[in-house]
Amino acid sequence: MELDSKIPEGPLAEKWARHKFGLKLVNPANKRKYDIIVVGTGLAGASAAASLAELGYNVKAFTFHDSARRAHSIAAQGGINAAKNYQNDGDSVFRLFYDTIKGGDYRAREGNVYRLAEVSVNIIDQCVAQGVPFAREYGGLLANRSFGGAQVSRTFYARGQTGQQLLLGAYHALSRQVANGKVKLITRTEMLDVIVVDGKARGIITRNLLTGAIESHSAHAVLLCTGGYGNVFYLSTNAMNSNVTAAWRAHKKGAYFGNPCYTQIHPTCIPVKGDYQSKLTLMSESLRNDGRVWVPKSQQDAEKIRKGQIKANDIPEDARDYFLERRYPSFGNLVPRDVASRNAKYVCDEGRGVAPTGLAVYLDFADAIRRDGRKTIEAKYGNLFEMYEKIVGDNPYETPMMIYPAVHYTMGGLWVDYNLMTTIPGLYALGEANFSDHGANRLGASALMQGLADGYFVIPYTIGDYLATIGPGDKIAVDHPAFKEGEQRIHDMNNRLLSIKGSKTVDEYHKALGHIMWDYCGMSRNAEGLKKAKKMIQELRAEFWQNVRVLGTNEEMNQSLEHAGRVADFLELGELMVDDALHREESCGGHFREEYQTEEGEAKRDDANFTYVAAWEYTGDNKPEVLHKEELEFENVKLTQRSYK
Amino acid sequence: MKITLKVWRQKNSNTPGKLVEYQLDNISPDMSFLEMFDVLNGELTKKGEEIIAFDHDCREGICGSCSMYINGRAHGPQTGSTTCQLHMRSFSDGDTIVVEPWRARAFPVIKDLMVDRTAFDRIAQAGGYISVNTGSAPDANEIPVPREVADTAMDAAQCIACGACVAACKNASAMLYVAAKVSHFAVLPQGQAERTMRAERMVAQMDTEGFGACSFTGACSVECPKSISLDHIARLNREYLGAKLTSNNVQG
Amino acid sequence: MAWVTQTLSSSLGRKVIMSLTGLFLSSFLIVHVAGNLQLFKSDGGRAFNEYTYFMTHNPLIITISYLLYTSILVHALMSIVLTRHNQASRPVKYAYGRPEANSTWSSRNMGILGTVLFLFIVIHMRTFWYEMHFGSVPMAEYDGKQYKDLYAVVLEAFSQWWYVLLYVICMVALGYHLVHGFQSGFQSLGIRHKKYTPIIEFLGTFVFAILIPALFAAMPIYVFLQVHGII
Repeated sequence: MELDSKIPEGPLAEKWARHKFGLKLVNPANKRKYDIIVVGTGLAGASAAASLAELGYNVKAFTFHDSARRAHSIAAQGGINAAKNYQNDGDSVFRLFYDTIKGGDYRAREGNVYRLAEVSVNIIDQCVAQGVPFAREYGGLLANRSFGGAQVSRTFYARGQTGQQLLLGAYHALSRQVANGKVKLITRTEMLDVIVVDGKARGIITRNLLTGAIESHSAHAVLLCTGGYGNVFYLSTNAMNSNVTAAWRAHKKGAYFGNPCYTQIHPTCIPVKGDYQSKLTLMSESLRNDGRVWVPKSQQDAEKIRKGQIKANDIPEDARDYFLERRYPSFGNLVPRDVASRNAKYVCDEGRGVAPTGLAVYLDFADAIRRDGRKTIEAKYGNLFEMYEKIVGDNPYETPMMIYPAVHYTMGGLWVDYNLMTTIPGLYALGEANFSDHGANRLGASALMQGLADGYFVIPYTIGDYLATIGPGDKIAVDHPAFKEGEQRIHDMNNRLLSIKGSKTVDEYHKALGHIMWDYCGMSRNAEGLKKAKKMIQELRAEFWQNVRVLGTNEEMNQSLEHAGRVADFLELGELMVDDALHREESCGGHFREEYQTEEGEAKRDDANFTYVAAWEYTGDNKPEVLHKEELEFENVKLTQRSYK
Repeated sequence: MKITLKVWRQKNSNTPGKLVEYQLDNISPDMSFLEMFDVLNGELTKKGEEIIAFDHDCREGICGSCSMYINGRAHGPQTGSTTCQLHMRSFSDGDTIVVEPWRARAFPVIKDLMVDRTAFDRIAQAGGYISVNTGSAPDANEIPVPREVADTAMDAAQCIACGACVAACKNASAMLYVAAKVSHFAVLPQGQAERTMRAERMVAQMDTEGFGACSFTGACSVECPKSISLDHIARLNREYLGAKLTSNNVQG
Repeated sequence: MAWVTQTLSSSLGRKVIMSLTGLFLSSFLIVHVAGNLQLFKSDGGRAFNEYTYFMTHNPLIITISYLLYTSILVHALMSIVLTRHNQASRPVKYAYGRPEANSTWSSRNMGILGTVLFLFIVIHMRTFWYEMHFGSVPMAEYDGKQYKDLYAVVLEAFSQWWYVLLYVICMVALGYHLVHGFQSGFQSLGIRHKKYTPIIEFLGTFVFAILIPALFAAMPIYVFLQVHGII
């Protein structure tokens, strides 16, 4: 199948406007004749469900949480970008577009990214009108901060809980539509399959997590707003229940998977403590605005710290290596996430890491406290410092924080065209679940922007084009054999998992997979490691299906069974990520291949051969996937080597 | 550390439950409270026993899923935090820890430590929003909000809807949750249009759900992971009385 | 009028009723304690009896007194309604609770304190109010005018040590009831402000929960000590 990105013709700044005009419209009176399924109620899902219901469509929204407000978007701390230029510091739609393209290491579509920058301003308007309590100046106007290495202040924020407030805005809009009867909200229900008949998405199969009931739901279109797959690494900043299942099952039904290897490793996370660790906690990137990253210059000092013989404050100034400031004098501690992460790994690999595991670097606020006073620092980061102290038990006002990179965001996801439609007609993917806008690396404060752009301002336009084309009659009832077969497949899979009765828990397999992924397909990768990882994952997957232990039955609340199904999918996805990382013989953004680096150790792209989106097609269980390439064309920006020196 | 856990086990909402004792021998003080449950569940699985069901997700104190009543307190002994943010260093070697679900008529137990908190969503649906359709908003800076007002709104809006206020209240009252919701919108200029209707409807829904009344003991605010202030409850009272006295809604 | 009944039967409305009746009763305490200070006058009870006469004959005071009786009943009945509702809101109790970690004892036990106070009011009114209105109270004559000598009833009642003790205990209960109730009443009305709440808290604690109950408690003790010739 030929990939058609459907990027409209014309000048960059006019593409979206022209495209909108070219899209077919659904007559207002006809909208009520269309049913749309939205899976997931995070930023993308809740905003899409609410906006579509406002237009008049009948929406069924699904979440596996008990409430639509618990999706992991809620945990985003830092902020949301928008090209408002309220600060008069030279920002513009084009600059946000340019920064995003460059930040993504030239592996995203110009058209998509420009549209994202364009609608970013509408998002802020919308959220403020909903009552999102963004930070304000004393005069009552909106405050901004610079974030994640941006040279302009374009990030809007609500303390350290921006994601929470934006999600609540969308949740409130959704709640209003639930009250209006336009959205039917179905909670504690997990999507386990998508039903495709005559080449179109017709509905989904779900499992009620309380009763275990396997049920069918049909609609004219299905939107997957199911987030990213960072939990394939077991330890990540994602929530415990975040998973790839919805996207992966859609992939197995024909939706191509785009750039699965692009993983963002966030530099400022609380380091791992022990085997029992269940997740990693992110400390907002904004900390790097005032904190200085360092490790001891000598391995001996680091060794003593690791053994607890000396403390960070015992290391004199001239024995400290502020390695980001040293290597990147102009950006210093504010280099992009991938650069900061990789450098932390290097110094730890050199044996200069701190913390008993040796896998941590310091983030030190002593200078900032001396310069601005403790009060100022407390006002900026008080809640983050408190959070750190709760988890680690150290007081960051007195001893430097310890941080280490952790998996945070997955730029890859289901391949979608400009309309956010996957390769299955009628099946859409929004937010982190799709691959679209961030290229090989996402800038800070851009995930919230993308999720809401997709849900509030893109899908309400683009879905009409498809619906108007198929017409209201083109829907299949749930008693269609395809649905019955779909239900049976889920029953069979669950019965199979329950009948293995092996000796290892689901968690043990998940952890084992995570170790493989982190060691060989994590912050830096090489061909040899990736080949090894592929084999290890295949073996682990085979063992999982022989020896996993899942107790209980399907017909009850069964958290082990839920987890088992998700880990089964991760075990397949992991291999595809490795394949993708292996085939991409270059370094770009979040994908760093050790074989392809500059003499200074920076990522070295191969624009001649790899300026494309890798879209993978599923061909059957345990069969190699087929690679399709969507060439990326750059007409408005010049591809340069990223330099943060 | 060695820990004795007494955990509420209940098959489903129709079956009575009881406290069951578990011994844990290898607990690290750096472990989070929920990681201890992960370890226990791993051991139970190996032994062929049913695992303990509990709600949890983000494990960083913001999603509001986790909800354990630990040694007589909502979210355990550490104030200003959720169960997932509680670490074993808050306990001592040899401690016995009693873990129960939230208990309220409006929060029926689903299984073990998991309760149904959809009552909160229904209260939000009753009016916890500003009616603004996508696309119809004016420029964001056309609505100035004084910083102090934005801060007050944020203080209220940061509620994570975990239900600790209900769990801690001797009357299982949801006043702090509803107050936080109503306050968030009541102080903002954007929330004025629906201000009276919102207070009336949300309180009516709160009563319908079967929560208790407020005795102003302050337990909710102390146990709230976000330390939401009792000021908001006073504001809710004010909003509600004001709404009832001034609205045109004669039907009640 | 649906909105009135609906408002007053909501959980917030019921608390408003508790608040208004409670604060009204609190304000009565000021009048009551001020008047009863006449007991400390060493004039053989004349000032007290004249005050009693005034209180039982002034039409405005009589009207207010009926409002007072009603308030007591409404406050008590509504508390029963609320307590039953609140208890039903948690049908399964916690096996293990540590409420002292998050709230004061008095705030959690207003019902018990209120019950003690209600019983006290019954006894108190039986001893004085009932005697005054329906009993056989001796008469006293000042400047040729006849007065019911309630002071004599007071002397008789407070000459018994157990009766004095009962009063003192009940005044402690009153103090605990008001230390929470007074400020809580304002909260229920939505009156809370950075500037004024500290004043309300001060009044609630030092005037209503300590000073007034202490003065009330001092009266039986004083009378007891006087009757028995100790002072």
